[in-house]
Amino acid sequence: MNRRQILVGSAATLALPALIGRAAAQDGPLNVGFVYVGPIGDYGWSHAHDEARKKAQEHFGDKIKTNYVENVAEGPDAERVIRQLAQQGNKLIFTTSFGFMNSTIKVAKQFPDVHFEHATGYKTADNVGIYNARFYEGRAVIGTIAGMMSKSGKAGYVGSVPIPEVVRGINAFTLAAQKVNPDFTTQVVWVNSWYDPAKEADAAKALIDQGCDIISQHTDSPAPLQAAEQRGVYAFGQASNMIDFAPKAHLTAITDNWGPYYIDQIQKQLDGEWEPGNIWWGIEKGLVGIAPYNDIMPADVKEAADKVKNGIASGEIHPFSGPITDQSGEVKVPEGDTIPDEQLLGLDWYVKGVQS
Amino acid sequence: MRLRLEPRREASRAMLYGTPVLAVALTVLAGILIFSLMGYDGLAAIYQIFVAPIADPYRWQDLFVKAAPLITIALGLAIGFRANVWNIGAEGQYIVGALAGTGVALATWDMEGYWILPAMVAAGILGGLLWAAIPAFLKTRFNVNEILTSLMLTYVAVQLLYYLMRGPWRDPEGYGFPQTRLFSEWQTLPTVVQGTLVHLGVPVAFFLAIAVWIVLSRTVTGFQVRIVGLAPQAARYGGFSARGTVWLTLLTSGAFAGLAGIFEAAGPFQQMTPQFSVNYGFTAIIVAFLGRLHPLGIVLAGMVLAVSYVGGENAQTALGLPYAATGMFQAMMLFFLLAVDILVRYRLRVVVPADLSRPAEARHPHIRQADEGSRTSSTPLDKQRESLSA
Amino acid sequence: MTLVGAATPILLAALGELVVEKSGVLNLGLEGMMLIGAVTAFGVTFTTGSASLGLVAAMAAGAAASMIFAFLTLTLTANQVATGLALTIFGIGLSSLIGQNFVGRTVSGLEHIFPAALADDPIGRVVFGYSPLVYLSLVMTAFVAWFLTRSRAGLILRAIGESDEAAHSIGYSVIRVRYLAVAFGGAMAGLGGAYYSLVMTPMWADRLTAGRGWIALALVVFASWRPLRLLGGAYLFGAVMTLELHAKAAGINIVPPEFLAMLPYLATIVVLTLISIAPSGRRNAAPACLGKPFRATG
Repeated sequence: MNRRQILVGSAATLALPALIGRAAAQDGPLNVGFVYVGPIGDYGWSHAHDEARKKAQEHFGDKIKTNYVENVAEGPDAERVIRQLAQQGNKLIFTTSFGFMNSTIKVAKQFPDVHFEHATGYKTADNVGIYNARFYEGRAVIGTIAGMMSKSGKAGYVGSVPIPEVVRGINAFTLAAQKVNPDFTTQVVWVNSWYDPAKEADAAKALIDQGCDIISQHTDSPAPLQAAEQRGVYAFGQASNMIDFAPKAHLTAITDNWGPYYIDQIQKQLDGEWEPGNIWWGIEKGLVGIAPYNDIMPADVKEAADKVKNGIASGEIHPFSGPITDQSGEVKVPEGDTIPDEQLLGLDWYVKGVQS
Repeated sequence: MRLRLEPRREASRAMLYGTPVLAVALTVLAGILIFSLMGYDGLAAIYQIFVAPIADPYRWQDLFVKAAPLITIALGLAIGFRANVWNIGAEGQYIVGALAGTGVALATWDMEGYWILPAMVAAGILGGLLWAAIPAFLKTRFNVNEILTSLMLTYVAVQLLYYLMRGPWRDPEGYGFPQTRLFSEWQTLPTVVQGTLVHLGVPVAFFLAIAVWIVLSRTVTGFQVRIVGLAPQAARYGGFSARGTVWLTLLTSGAFAGLAGIFEAAGPFQQMTPQFSVNYGFTAIIVAFLGRLHPLGIVLAGMVLAVSYVGGENAQTALGLPYAATGMFQAMMLFFLLAVDILVRYRLRVVVPADLSRPAEARHPHIRQADEGSRTSSTPLDKQRESLSA
Repeated sequence: MTLVGAATPILLAALGELVVEKSGVLNLGLEGMMLIGAVTAFGVTFTTGSASLGLVAAMAAGAAASMIFAFLTLTLTANQVATGLALTIFGIGLSSLIGQNFVGRTVSGLEHIFPAALADDPIGRVVFGYSPLVYLSLVMTAFVAWFLTRSRAGLILRAIGESDEAAHSIGYSVIRVRYLAVAFGGAMAGLGGAYYSLVMTPMWADRLTAGRGWIALALVVFASWRPLRLLGGAYLFGAVMTLELHAKAAGINIVPPEFLAMLPYLATIVVLTLISIAPSGRRNAAPACLGKPFRATG
């Protein structure tokens, strides 16, 4: 007897209907579901996904109907919401936060005929594909700009949580800046939150107080940018073009453009050609964008940034090409090598010049 | 002509049961109005929030799973609230209980055996109990306000959770993400109805409701809790210790919260994550009041809240109603409940003014008198408790 | 500078809550009222272009929200803990709904009150370079201190917080005074919220205050209900909140940040215990009627 069934008999009086195998039959538009971890008003991660959803809806018109649930807590709430979307007849469901991974896999098992797309995770199944963006490519572009624009050669980096995603960004940024200025250093302050405007602003100010004259961030709010504007130093936007928040400080931004991917996957679903993929797209496919440069940037800086951007897009430049030494001075990647994707996915060490 | 509140000689039984219904009805009306003003279909929104989850049998399991921790925590809190012991830090006890159980799970992750889950549950109960013992100790020893200490300890617990998730307890194979490894088969709560998500915590919550009901209405301990809350001085004459009651109620509510915590971790979560704290401990305070501090009322209130959560998600997908509207809606429900509560003790009278030139007090001398007398101990629920326990 | 920024909004909100608690009322809805103040300040400033108008509106909105609490707890004698929590949930929801139209927008924020020559001067800015709200928070601290200890109205308010029945029996209107105190608390919470949306980060985003209302609540207790200690406490809490960021920025690793974040709450519990133990404790301890309902309409 399976341990999980011990109590079945005694509680059978509750007689709840089993949950498997019921998904509303439908004609008409394809229903596509989206699950967001934050409110769409966060102006960061979830906001960017919702903008992409709107683009997809616009693109397909009445061929599809998009449904979303915002501010879904990672854990059982997510599982319930995902299952609900599946039961309501959504045939393709995008779950847009790492913390939805286990819930997505669990629900996917119960709905074999529904397709799931999970962002930033690493578990797949026959009906679960994963997708992520190579944001670190964008970090290399802004790192190049930082290396040229910084007088002190010292950048401040407002970090959220030290997961590989963020570590990659810090390293790519620093490596790119060091190609311009070999002595370039990056000082990281962790705020241990993706979203806490007041703390993010305070972190940026603390970094500026320490002599950092350019601020980069891997948190969701425009607060560090506004702090930079107030203090008269440069900074970069996150997730979307944030020039309105800091017209003088905002040099450019790494933008999350999930739109092309969503349109691509929905098209495949419509054509009956959806397959579980493992997609990690970057600048080349337009998933990672670079916002228009601020006019205060000198022409040679714009040119250098474009060169890196285009080089990455064409594959000529890899942000993690050797030689790369870590903080202790040990050579991690010899000249001529690059860090392979499998290692990038679990990256947990910092390159020389990063102070964290 | 004007409306006037007159004190009732005894709490109205009809109102006691009628007011929650009235509160929900008022919330529905206000909701229709507000949602319509916001440009949504108000009626459809209310249907999605309040009716759709109940009308769809496939949603029932969600309701039970969502309600179980709320009911379990609220039951413990209600015992204390009846005795005028204000533990508002159940969220912290819930977290620490879950952490204690997780500690056992992580220590036994590569072991097998039927004893593991009970050990986790025991640790969970103990964790919640110990976290509640801090305010209990400070209250009984130094007379420190338990509202404030239990609240402060909640935020300490949240930080403790963050620390353990980001540091020592992080899954070594989890790509650096701050969360523990998944619990093993031996560490997860069994489901009680096959093919659903309804886990052991659900029947336990209902069982606890009945147990608390019996204890409160049929035992000396129940009487002690009520009498200390209603008439502290009489309780002292009767030989009931106020200190003992503080210990008893705080430890009980802490243990209940800890139990809910480990059930939630070992059941729906099956691991511990920094997102574990979803304010069940605070929501349970609302559940306790919505249920009039009565065990069966709490079960109902827990289900109503669960309906509004699940229904809020329905309304998002069906109508695009923002999640924030659900929160506002729940707050309104509580506002209305707290507002109509007064009808249990007071009667609404339409008064035709006879002689407005006389001062109010001379006109209605009995109001003043009654008001002086109405301040018995300290909670507005005293009167109805009396009738509840009758 | 960051220290002042972290301290000022919690000081503003806590000053209001202190007066509320001194009158014998415990309003746990601070976070909700701050959020309503924050979104109102931003919305009005964005719409009218006047930050001063935004501040006034934030105070009015905070006070209006507090009136829901006052009506339920004072007139209808509902439980203060439950009502306060409901107010917080309400505030989170309402601010998010109102704020939907303002996400991604920005305003120029509050102007300095001192001439640029002083405010932008590298030395002058240490004294003159702050937001007007910073100076206002200091003035309000002095005012609240004076009001509670030196003014007749303040003495009545404290008497009501210590013994509402005695105050009532000698003819003071307990309910009216408490209504006014709660309204003041709401207005100050609104102002504290406005600091986030107009000064700290001139923008609106959901839950902009990120739980600072609870820190303000702790601060009142930490300061053992004394305005001048509140001022010191606010800067101490502000220091703890920013210390780690500064240490990190300077490349120094101190204790895990989570333990620092616990510190204000632990310190509050310790202070609360100490003032209860101390022989002179009675004088400093919580107002005797804190959180207890009172009914007298006569």
